[in-house]
Parts: sequence; structure tokens; C-alpha cells
Amino acid sequence: MGVKEIFESMEYGPAPEAAGDALAWITDQGARFGCFIDGAFTKPGEMFETRNPANGEVLAEITQASAADVAAAVKAARAAQPGWAKLGGKGRARALYALARLLQKHSRLFAVLETLDNGKPIRESRDIDIPLAQRHFYHHAGMAQLMETELPDAEALGVCGQIIPWNFPLLMLAWKVAPALAMGNTVVLKPAEWTSLAALCFADICRQAGLPGGVVNIVTGDGAVGEQIVGSEVDKIAFTGSTEVGRRIRTATAGRGIPLTLELGGKSPYIVFEDADLDSAVEGLVDAIWFNGGQVCCAGSRLLVQEGVSGLFHDKLRARMDKLRIGDPLDKSIDVGAIVSPEQRARIAALVEGSRGEIHRAAAPVPEGCFYPPTLIAGLSPADALMQDEIFGPVLVSTTFRTPSEAVEIANDTRYGLAASVWSENINTALDVAPKLAAGVVWVNGTNMFDAAAPFGGVRESGFGREGGWEGLLAYSKPRGKRGKPVQPIAAFQGKEAEPQAVDRTAKLYIGGKQARPDGGYARNVYDKRGGLIGQAPIANRKDIRNAVEAAQGAKAWAGASAHNRAQVLYYIAENLAARADAFAASVDRLTGGKTGAKEVEASVDRLFTAAAWADKFDGRVAQAPMRGLAVALREPCGVIGAFCPDEMPLLGLVSVMAPAIALGNRVVLVASEPFPLVATDFYQVLDTSDVPGGVVNILTGRHAELAPTLAQHMDVEAVWSFSGTDLAAEIERGAAGNLKRSWVDTKSRNWLAESDMRPFLEAASEVKSVWVPYGA
Amino acid sequence: MEQVDSVQDTDTALGQAQLPQTLEARNPGVPLDMDWVMRARANRSAIERRAATLPGRRSVKKDHQAAWMARAISCMDLTTLAGDDTEGRVRRLCAKALQPVRADLLAALELGGLTTGAVCVYHDMIGTAVDALQGSGLPVAAVSTGFPAGLSPMHLRLMEIEESVKAGAEEIDIVISRRRVLTGDWQGLYDEMRAYREACGPAHVKAILATGELGTLQNVARASLVCMMAGSDFIKTSTGKESVNATLPVSLVMIRAIRDYHQRTGFRVGYKPAGGISKAKDAVSYLALIKEELGDRWLRPDLFRFGASSLLGDIERQLEHHVTGAYSAGWRHAMA
Repeated sequence: MGVKEIFESMEYGPAPEAAGDALAWITDQGARFGCFIDGAFTKPGEMFETRNPANGEVLAEITQASAADVAAAVKAARAAQPGWAKLGGKGRARALYALARLLQKHSRLFAVLETLDNGKPIRESRDIDIPLAQRHFYHHAGMAQLMETELPDAEALGVCGQIIPWNFPLLMLAWKVAPALAMGNTVVLKPAEWTSLAALCFADICRQAGLPGGVVNIVTGDGAVGEQIVGSEVDKIAFTGSTEVGRRIRTATAGRGIPLTLELGGKSPYIVFEDADLDSAVEGLVDAIWFNGGQVCCAGSRLLVQEGVSGLFHDKLRARMDKLRIGDPLDKSIDVGAIVSPEQRARIAALVEGSRGEIHRAAAPVPEGCFYPPTLIAGLSPADALMQDEIFGPVLVSTTFRTPSEAVEIANDTRYGLAASVWSENINTALDVAPKLAAGVVWVNGTNMFDAAAPFGGVRESGFGREGGWEGLLAYSKPRGKRGKPVQPIAAFQGKEAEPQAVDRTAKLYIGGKQARPDGGYARNVYDKRGGLIGQAPIANRKDIRNAVEAAQGAKAWAGASAHNRAQVLYYIAENLAARADAFAASVDRLTGGKTGAKEVEASVDRLFTAAAWADKFDGRVAQAPMRGLAVALREPCGVIGAFCPDEMPLLGLVSVMAPAIALGNRVVLVASEPFPLVATDFYQVLDTSDVPGGVVNILTGRHAELAPTLAQHMDVEAVWSFSGTDLAAEIERGAAGNLKRSWVDTKSRNWLAESDMRPFLEAASEVKSVWVPYGA
Repeated sequence: MEQVDSVQDTDTALGQAQLPQTLEARNPGVPLDMDWVMRARANRSAIERRAATLPGRRSVKKDHQAAWMARAISCMDLTTLAGDDTEGRVRRLCAKALQPVRADLLAALELGGLTTGAVCVYHDMIGTAVDALQGSGLPVAAVSTGFPAGLSPMHLRLMEIEESVKAGAEEIDIVISRRRVLTGDWQGLYDEMRAYREACGPAHVKAILATGELGTLQNVARASLVCMMAGSDFIKTSTGKESVNATLPVSLVMIRAIRDYHQRTGFRVGYKPAGGISKAKDAVSYLALIKEELGDRWLRPDLFRFGASSLLGDIERQLEHHVTGAYSAGWRHAMA
């Protein structure tokens, strides 16, 4: 076609990005890659091929790391870690800065490699993935620089095992490696088997930056290699990938006491109100679900449109879809590239095949091979499988809603909770809906916005932990200093005879603001040190847990109460406890056979005051994301927290767990000290007289080991904590894998009387939600 | 709505493909629909994001690039609107409009006969321009209605239109009263535009919104709709005299309004970004924006114009580079 014909047809024509330099880099490395361990590439071992999904051509051969490779990588990381930490934040800042600079200098090489390996359009790798990866290293170079002054009590975890997916090979590496290195950790990272090249090129960059050997180690291969990393002696596992694998990792690491960050799947709602800029909302969908072919964990894949504009909106959407260009990912005018592998493509096709609804496929011709057309399935209901299941492809499903509250209900009717978009020109609507959405990230009038300064991560089965910003550093550091000795169970005192009480007292469970007899109808005798009978403590069973959780979920209004009001309630509890200080001190002393009852009561009152003080001060922040707008990191309560209280300090332990949790708006199900339960049953009388709404605090007594599985597995519990003397770690962490609830099992003993910093409790009691609000009159 | 009826069938076949709606029915306008106007929304951040990423999403290379740049020339209103315009200056401009690119380059591109879309001048220069363009088929456009502020007495503005049409202008670029937009007087804007349209008679009317003075993109969206409802053949961004002239975000808002108007009424209204477009690369981005948001039908001079004076020079250099492979120099191309 000559200029004259094109002058008439006005077609785009081909605009290919040259792949020569990237292919030359592969060839220069021999097109056969070993692992990167201790600063050098190992000899290639057992090999597999990595292909360009757009044309099926083999790009290189990659090593399937052996168990010995993984062990060597962990060993190298272990050996390098003390030196890397000792280098200091400022030294590490220089190294991270060098990595950022080198990523920038070689930006086109990385972009082309990424597109060759993954099949995503060059526009995306060039304009989004690679610049964001650079930004992550720059941002965290700054975090390293500031670590000693701004986080004086933090230190590295040690060796971090990191497993990343194939959809953003370099960017996910950056999200994992940059914060880990900044805090003084060393890493063993496994890229996804389909997309190893960016990580291997990054290894090359690490050499050029003069990074000490062993600080970054890269082992390649399939899921078996990932399992070996998870099974290794590492101090942390960070994983981004499917919910299914995340759950397996949670189960596999249960009881090992290593922190996890899991960034998993999603079915993120994209809510369009009738007063939205509909054309912009349609364009937003292009970036929500057709960005990287919808192979994005936070893809806006579930469209909810207000009924009155649904017809018009869907018309506009279909017209826009028909303009999308599908084809060679290296072409600069392509919107949708290749699906990462034929297996994935077949999976997507099968899911769409089985769906009802009105299916519209983009009009553009779909090239032969590993391509799938942008697809809309309209007219579905929440009951349809594809409204619930993650497709992980360029397929959008849609339904309608009537009111803002119904939009929230439908949006939250999902196992996942990664991201959400809200489109409305009404600030009242948008800012009312955003905090109500079960999601770690909410974009107002936008979608898929990311920045190193703004935390990213999910709730529910989308995982836990945050990446980016100050909040993300928590996942790669721990409080400095020696930990306590392993906590030991305390045995209850034994006795024989039953002494008659002047007037028999009946301790009960406390559920939903009412005293309740245990469902099982059993109680155990509680004796003092000398074997004298103090009374009977009810033995709660699984049904009591069920009832308590139901009551706690019913007390949602507590989360909506103002922080000032929650503080007032906490002060009131403190006041009423202080008024009965002597009785509680005596009760504690008799139960424990100690003499610290008075101190314990005093510390409890103090703890309540501290929590009340924090209630309206544990703020979020505005992240400095590069846009005109606000990227706000909000602090939200987790929801319902189930907690096993420490054996020792039966009053103070319970108050220390309860107070920070309810200060932030959580509701709690507390399982009282197993050996000394009867002070907890006195404590509910204090709650009763302190304006604590029913269901906010629920108190059970019973055997921790028996109750742990039920509480940990309960699907309507958002977090479970344990400070019990009984070793519940494995039980709780395995149980938590079910709905991927957050868990915090503290197996080291604490000096409860001396606890000064409530922040770790407040962190555990809150979720960070990033709300992006771009603006412009 | 007698006004609608009165203008409905005044379209005359002028015979030039450059002229708006000579290929299909002119936009007769529709009654002012305030519900529709007030529903128009324009989210500035989202619109800016779309505009900012568009040049990275579409790229044309080699022959395609040359063809697209030639298309930009064919859609150009070659313009001179200066106080020191003289007959000689306008004749030079017209000559350039008829031979916008060196003949040998056009021959190499097989695009001999390529002209700009029109020539755009002040009223006093219409006669000269009509004379200079005699027989070429190129229309003369005249800015009118007290351009650029549009604040002269209404009856004089209408008379100015009539005089210009009488003098041979086939396109009239009117300026709207910004104050009607800024005070939300949509009925007033509608009536004013209707009156202009009527005064134009067979000449086609382009409504200059002066978007740089409308304050918000939402106002741009609403003013675009009102002007189309009142029978504009084209909507145009700027006079070139505001501090901010054509931009991609403003263009996006206006062409989305054009798209909505076409979808609801079936009438195609043209679009003219003016001022501030001086690079060939920018012109290609504008064409891509039109292609993406409105469709190929709008990539013709009857529905799309650039209001530009220095853009042509850059395109000429790029075309010579395309033909010879060597970067060009300004003095190798004839000045306007």
C-alpha cells in the first residue's frame, strides 16, 4: 500500500519495536541460563524452554533449579545477610540507587525483554511496568537512607524467600526485592517459570551495580522450586500469585513462626454510578480489564452499573471494545497482546464457553496463536459463577444495581478483596462508598494506579500484608532487640474438696452483651494455689464460638462509631475497673496465687487509657504519589478478631488484647486465660456498666486447644491472635488458611506489666486501605 | 422551535469536498434539551490521563506517517489573523494553500494536487482570498461576530456575518459569548448560536468556544452540546488569542460531545482544534484521537480541520525527510 492509498484509508500500519538488542542480550548470555547464586550465574542444569507467547518461538533455555541450588542460594543469602545489614541504611541506599539508575539506563532492554517473554504490549512494559519498577527502587533507596533515623527500632528479618508471578515479571520483582534490601534483608527470589528473563537480566544489573554476592539470589523453575524455597530455612515468605497456591503456602508454613506476605487473586468490582463521566468510565475499563490482557490480580473484572444508565453505558462500552487493536505485542499501536501461555488461553476460553449471559467479543480480528479477544459478558447475576470466579484474562462480566448501598452489597459479595473502582462525579457518593468496599485499594474515578509510596495489598482471600510505602516496610522488618523466651503453658491449680460458698456464684460466658450458659452445659472447678475451690468456669464449645462470632459480626456499628466515642467507652471501662480495683486485685491474687494483683489492675487501667488515647490518633496518611490528587492510606479495623489470651496475668492479658482491638473499631471474641478464667467472668460486669455495646466484646472460657481450630477456621472471623501458653501456632495458622485470615501467634513470652508500645497491637488490629482520589475542576 | 424549521433546508450544494456536510445533510440543530445538557460530565483527571497516554498508544511509521501528515495538510485551515495583514500577505497565503508542499515532494508521494482545506482570514481580506483562490474549489473561511472577544453589539455581529457571506466567505467562524457559559445561560447561548446560524444562510458555521476561557471541561462539554443543538456545522476550540488554545484533553471532551450528538440525532458535526498545534507529531496525535473516538469518517476536511499557521512548515520538513532520508531545513520550503 502506497502513501496515496494510505492517505485514503488512514490505517495505522505496522509500528514494530525492534527486538534486536534484547535478543542479542539473550544470545550474549549463551541463551542458556543458570541460576544466580552468590553473585554469579551457576552452570546451567536441567533445562526447560521459555517461549515468546506471541509466536511460540523459543527465546532461551532456563534452568530448573535443583534442591541443591535452592539450598546454595539460601546459604549464600544467609552468609551475606549480616554484612548487608551492617552496611547500614546509607550504604544500602547507594546500592538501591545504583539499581534504580541501571534499570533506567537499560529501560528499553527490560521493556522489550518483558514483552518478548510475557506477551504484553510494548506500550505497557515501556510506559508502565519498567518506570514503576524504577520508581520502586528509587523510593526504597530513600527508605534505606532514612531507616536509622525514622525506624530506629526496626531491624531486618534475615533471609526472605520471594516467589513472584508471570504477569508483571520485573515489577513484581521490584516490589519484593526493593523493600527487602532496603531494610537489610537478603533474598532468594523465584520468578515464574514462563517469565524468567527479566529477573535474570536484573541479576546482570546486580553484578553491574556491585551488589555484594548473596544479597540477591535468583533461582528459576516451576512450582517445585517454589515449594523448596518455602520449605527452606528462611525468615520470611513473600508470595504473589493465585489464592490456591497462597493457601498452600499458609498451610505449609503453619507453626513455623515466619511472617508471610500473600498478594493473591481478585475479582475487583468496577462501580459506575449514573452521575459518572460515562465516557471516561468506559475508557477506565480499558485500563481496568484490558490492561495486560486482564492478567492482573487487581483487574476491574466485575462491572456494576447503575440500572438507569446501564443500557447507554454498555452501548458505549461495546463500541469502545470494537476499537481495541489485538496483535503483535511488539507493535506500538497494539492494545491487547498475547496471553502468556497456551494453557492460560485454553483456561480462559473454557470459562467463557461455560457461561450464560450476553457475550460480546471485540470486533478486531484475533491473530492465530495465543491470543484471546477482549470479551464482555453482560446480564449476569451475583449467582453466576463468572461473577465470583477469577478468570485472569481479558473478560469482563457485568451486572446492575439500584442504589449506593446495593452497589456496596454486590461489590462485597465475594471471597476476594483486592481492589475496587468507584466512578461518580458526586464527592459524597464516591467518598461514602470507597471506605465501605472490602478491598485493600480503592480508586475513585480511576483504575490500576500504582506507586511505590502508596501501599498495595488485599483483604479476605486476596491475601494480607502491604507492599509500598512505610506500611510495606513492616513486612520486611521486625522490632530490634532480644525476644522473650518461648512461652510456657501454666497448669491450673488442682484441688479436691468443694468448700461451700456463702452465696453460690455462677460465672457464665459473655456473648452479645449478655451472660450465657455454655452450650455444652459443662463447667470445671477452679481452685486456688492451696487447692481451695474458687468457683466453676464454664467450658465453651464450638457452638459458643459460633454464637460469639455471630454476635460480634452483628456489632458492626462499632466500627462506624467515632473514634472519640470509642475512646470514651474505653475510659469508662477504665473508670469502672478502677472503682473495683481492690476486688479485682484480690481476685487475681487468689486465682494466680501471686501478689501482683494490684499492679495488674493498675496496669490494666493504664492500658485502657493508652488504647483510649490512641483511638483517635492512629491515623492514616496521605502518600506522595505522583499525581494531582490524594492517595490516602486509611486505617480500618480488621473486623472480628478472635484472640486467645495469655495464661498468665489473667486480667491484664485480656485487657491488653482487647483494648487496642476495640479502640480501632474491631469486635473481639476473647478466650480467657485457661488456668485462671474467673477474673474474666468478673470483668464482663465492668463491661456491662461501661456502655460497651453488646457484641463488641465477647468472652469465653474453656480449653484453648479445643477452641483454636474452630475459631481459626471460622470463615466470618477476619483475624485470629494467640498469646496462649498452649502452643497453638500450627493449629491456628493452618486453620487460618481457609479464608486466609490474618493470624498473629506470639510464642514468645512478654512482660505484660512493662509493655509500653501499643503500636504492634494497633498495627495488627488494623488494615491499610489505599484510596486514590485524583481530582481536577 | 420555528428556527429549526427555518434552517432545515437551506443547505446548498457548494460542490467542494472540503466544505462541511456537502456529502451529507447539514446539522439542522434540534430543540435545546436541558436535561441532556446538564447530564454532560467531564472528569478532568480521567480525560487528561486518556489524552496523555494516547500518543503512546498509537504510532504511525514510514509511508503511513507520510500519508497521515499529508492528511493533516488536507484538513488544514491555513490562517492569518493579524492586524498587519495586507492584500499581498493574503495572496501569498492563498498561493501556499494551493501548493502547500513542494511539487517534487508531492510527486514523489503521488499526492500531486494536494491542497489545504481552506484559508481563514478576517472579513476585510475575504475578497482578496476569494480572488486568489478562484477556480480552485478551496473555500474561504472568515472569522466573525466581533472576533476574538465577541462583545460587539449583537446586530453588528449578525451584520458582520451577512457581509462576510456576501463577500464570498463560504465558512464563518463565529465566537460564542463566553459569559453565557460562565453564568449558565444556556438558553441565551442557544438563541445566540441559532441567530448566527441563520445569518450564515448557506455558509457553514463553525462555533468557536474559546475553551481557554470557559473555566472547566464540564462547561466545554455543555457548550459543545448547546452549539450543536443550535445548528453548528463545526465546533472549534479557540480563537488562537486565548492564553490556552487547543489541547488534547479539550479536544477529547468536544469530540465525545460530537459523538453523543451523532448517536442521538444522526447528524455529524465537524471538529476544529485551533491554536498551539505546530508540530507534525502533534497533528498525528490529533488525527489518532479523532480516529479512535469518532471514527475514520471524521478524518476528512468536511468534518475535521486544523486551525494552524506554523504546523505546515514542520510537516513539510518531515515529508522531505521521508522522501530523501535526510533531515530537512526550513528554507528549503516555500514560505506562506
